[in-house]
Amino acid sequence: MKRVYVNEEWCLGCHLCEYNCAFANSGFRSITALRGKKIFPRIHVEGDDKITFAVSCRHCEDPICVKSCIAGAISKKDGVVCIERTKCVGCLTCVLVCPYGALAPGEDGAMQKCELCLNNTCGAPACVTGCPNRAIVYEERGEAE
Amino acid sequence: MRNYVIAGNGAAAVGCIEGIRSIDRTGKITVISAEKHHVYSRPLISYYLEGKTDTERMRYRDAGFYERNGCEVLYGEKASGADPSAKTVTTDSGRIISYDAFCVATGSSPFVPPFEGLETVENRFSFMTLDDALEIEKKLCDTARVLIVGAGLIGLKCAEGIYGRVASITVCDLADRVLSSILDAECAGTVQNHLEKKGIRFMLGDSAVRFDGNTAYMKSGATVGFDILILAVGVRAKTALVKNAGGEVNRGIVVDERMKTSLDGIYAAGDCAEGNDISLGAKRVLAIMPNAYMQGYTAGVNMAGGDGVFDKAIPMNSIGFFGLHIMTAGTYEGEYSEVREGDSVKRFFVKEGYLKGFIIIGDTVRAGIYTSLIRNRVPLNTIDFESSKKTASSSVFSSEIRRQKFGGVV
Repeated sequence: MKRVYVNEEWCLGCHLCEYNCAFANSGFRSITALRGKKIFPRIHVEGDDKITFAVSCRHCEDPICVKSCIAGAISKKDGVVCIERTKCVGCLTCVLVCPYGALAPGEDGAMQKCELCLNNTCGAPACVTGCPNRAIVYEERGEAE
Repeated sequence: MRNYVIAGNGAAAVGCIEGIRSIDRTGKITVISAEKHHVYSRPLISYYLEGKTDTERMRYRDAGFYERNGCEVLYGEKASGADPSAKTVTTDSGRIISYDAFCVATGSSPFVPPFEGLETVENRFSFMTLDDALEIEKKLCDTARVLIVGAGLIGLKCAEGIYGRVASITVCDLADRVLSSILDAECAGTVQNHLEKKGIRFMLGDSAVRFDGNTAYMKSGATVGFDILILAVGVRAKTALVKNAGGEVNRGIVVDERMKTSLDGIYAAGDCAEGNDISLGAKRVLAIMPNAYMQGYTAGVNMAGGDGVFDKAIPMNSIGFFGLHIMTAGTYEGEYSEVREGDSVKRFFVKEGYLKGFIIIGDTVRAGIYTSLIRNRVPLNTIDFESSKKTASSSVFSSEIRRQKFGGVV
């Protein structure tokens, strides 16, 4: 299955992925609608002055968030870890267990996570499409399953 | 075709069903469910009262779950006995069910101390089940004074759930602080202040000794008038099935890393079980939902002949009250360090070069990275832990480790 993979040596720390993610999931017609707004992306650039990298859901083979969600709101569908946000009560247990720091609350307090843009109109991760330096890629890599 | 029987119908039972089905698609699964409800998320009962969810969304698995997984659910029946030599389970309706593998996932029941005069209290409740919440809801009104006995996770979540739907809420506890099972005195004080600002009244180091109708007589000599009494003193693991069958029982049903009890063919999972806590290096009941699911799943895999091991159990809680989030994990032993930033506090406990536990109030961003250091027993001298205390980040790891985490299938 295709996932988003990180080439941290190419990451400029420009945060464009965060904007493209927020826009892809916003329903706005133009990305300029995000100007001046606090954004709630599902990918986050981390790092320091030496190295930066963009982190989003790894879609783990054995996802601990799915096993830990107290509301039963997170499940795996065709390999993609998905969240049913209307079931989420915002307890943050998924944040407590995700070893990658890949989940964060959305604007309304319910959790959100990367679903590879398969559940919005993009069809493929907008963060990757918009990355100017191939610091994140969307591809197949060695699959154990 | 194998016969699987599960006593209980909560998160551990669901884990068990999904664990069995990961190996065996056809065996028969019988679920004995004392509660007459499709499996629901038990900790969500406070959110239900708060109006953040409803009985439909509270389903832990969708409506077609049992059918899809080939389960027969016996609603309103309780497993009353197990015979490990005959490999049968008896229910309170007299049904005798044969099994090849049996999982005890009976959970826990509220512990109610023998208070004098408790029977004179008309509106008294525990806060464990959906039925409890539905019954309490019928009594909620804006003139009702509520007394909650117990300032633990259950008592305080109940307080939050009914907040704004009653006239007043008083919480008492024999312990000198709130959330005494997961917080130290100072952090407990922070949480208590936050709740007091909302108007919740606390009587700590004090508890009811006697009830007479709508009055509680406290240990301190004080009296508290109330209209609704909620007893949230604590819980006890339901161990009788295994104990009566001659199995090893301590505070919970003793299980190994494969969730096997001391009785052949009988497994246990969830709040009724006592498994290994790797942060403590000893067995204890870890009555938390993620643990229940993972133990259940492991039991299910092994019941179906697979090879399941769950050797990463630690206590961990993520809980919020009126917007203030608290996360705790592991065991609070060893050397302790603290990072403060604004109103946010992080306390880390390090022993022999390993992170053993933490308490976070406020800034919970990416806290799972800390949890993974405990669960995976990452030697702290292999990472840059110091720099990540302020903000959790995968930058604690080397580029090589990050390449594995973010450049490959995990």
